[in-house]
Amino acid sequence: MANVKRSPWILHYDGSSCNGCDIEVLASMTPVYDAERLGVENTGDPMQADIFLITGGINSQNASVVKQLYDQMPRPKVVVAVGICACTGGVFKDAYNILGGADTVIPVDIYVPGCAARPQSIIDGIIRARDLFQKRSEEHDALMKKKNLERRQA
Amino acid sequence: MTTAVRVIFVVLYVLLAPLIGALLAGIDRKISARMQRRIGPPVLQPLYDVIKLLKKQVIAVDRSQGFLIVSYMILTVITGCLFFAGVDVLMVFFILGTSSVFLYLAAVVTGSAMSSMGAQRELVQDMAIEPALLFSAVGFYLATGSFEVGSIIGGPVSAIVKMPGFFAAFLFVLTIKMRKSPFDTAQGTHAHQELVKGITTEMGAKNLAYFEITEWYETVLMMAVVAIYIINSHPASIIAAIVVILLVYFLEILIDNTCARLKWKDMLVLSWTVTLISAGVNLILLMVI
Repeated sequence: MANVKRSPWILHYDGSSCNGCDIEVLASMTPVYDAERLGVENTGDPMQADIFLITGGINSQNASVVKQLYDQMPRPKVVVAVGICACTGGVFKDAYNILGGADTVIPVDIYVPGCAARPQSIIDGIIRARDLFQKRSEEHDALMKKKNLERRQA
Repeated sequence: MTTAVRVIFVVLYVLLAPLIGALLAGIDRKISARMQRRIGPPVLQPLYDVIKLLKKQVIAVDRSQGFLIVSYMILTVITGCLFFAGVDVLMVFFILGTSSVFLYLAAVVTGSAMSSMGAQRELVQDMAIEPALLFSAVGFYLATGSFEVGSIIGGPVSAIVKMPGFFAAFLFVLTIKMRKSPFDTAQGTHAHQELVKGITTEMGAKNLAYFEITEWYETVLMMAVVAIYIINSHPASIIAAIVVILLVYFLEILIDNTCARLKWKDMLVLSWTVTLISAGVNLILLMVI
């Protein structure tokens, strides 16, 4: 079984965030925190990403964008909501245009709360996400094996 | 070279080039990280990345992309095989040009704006590279009297002694070929370039893995071209060639980490100017003397 968790590539999307969490996400890639030592790469391309890092709440305008980005990512994939706005909607929860956290449109696996979430907790979230990514990858492999077997028998 | 030696070289290239290329790419990432005072990923990170990519679900906008990208890979490998079999350098450079057309097609076939723009920039890069490569081949002929790799490395003195200008031009375009920073217009390895992922925007999973593997084959081929500038009939020159290759590779990493990206027009003008002046003057000197 190949160890895919050594190479978690992330896609970072800014919902309706105040940019606080986005700066912290970028900070976790900088020399001080250096998430690249875990093999993390900030791809900026959904087709190449494994982990979807989403910051900020979901509003009526970006709901379809978030959904599309999620659909464009190949399986296996993991979603991480960074910051309290992406988790629940945060202080903007009652605003007229906010639908809520990221889980109102796509299934979220890991919640990283905080306002703004600190780089340490974001990296912790990524580490949890890559373990889940490994688990999903193994499930995906088993499923593909089964499918191939069925195809061969048919 | 006897036929047996040629076959051994080709087999070694096909089997070992991806490993050496991956290792070089890993060392590149590690040294880059250290230059930025980071710890950096493990040296084997490029291998981990490709293994993961091979296992992911394939989503292709256009089915023909897979065929085109595999053609690109196979043609590049064939080019390398021809080179290591000791065939004509001129032919090697021509086929290398053909293989990059398949990469262009694999990117434009998707119809995506980002990937098409990256593909057009890839063509501009090829235009910037080609003159220096062809000049190199001509230079080898004038300096050693043969286009064949076997004769070029079999001489009593290294080719670089007679053709330092060609070598300088080749080093300049090597930065473009290796997609290093001032000239990484088509596809960049640094995070957040303005073109998303350029030519690889619409490549995911298996297709991106083939692209990466081809890059490794290409790096080894380019380093081998550096080597034939140095190697002569004396066995110690092989060690000298390895030292020069490592120095050249380090120089590329240094340039990558210290230069900001140039516009494609600047790249084209600069590379043609350098090629014309340094290789051109060398060519005239070789023809006159």
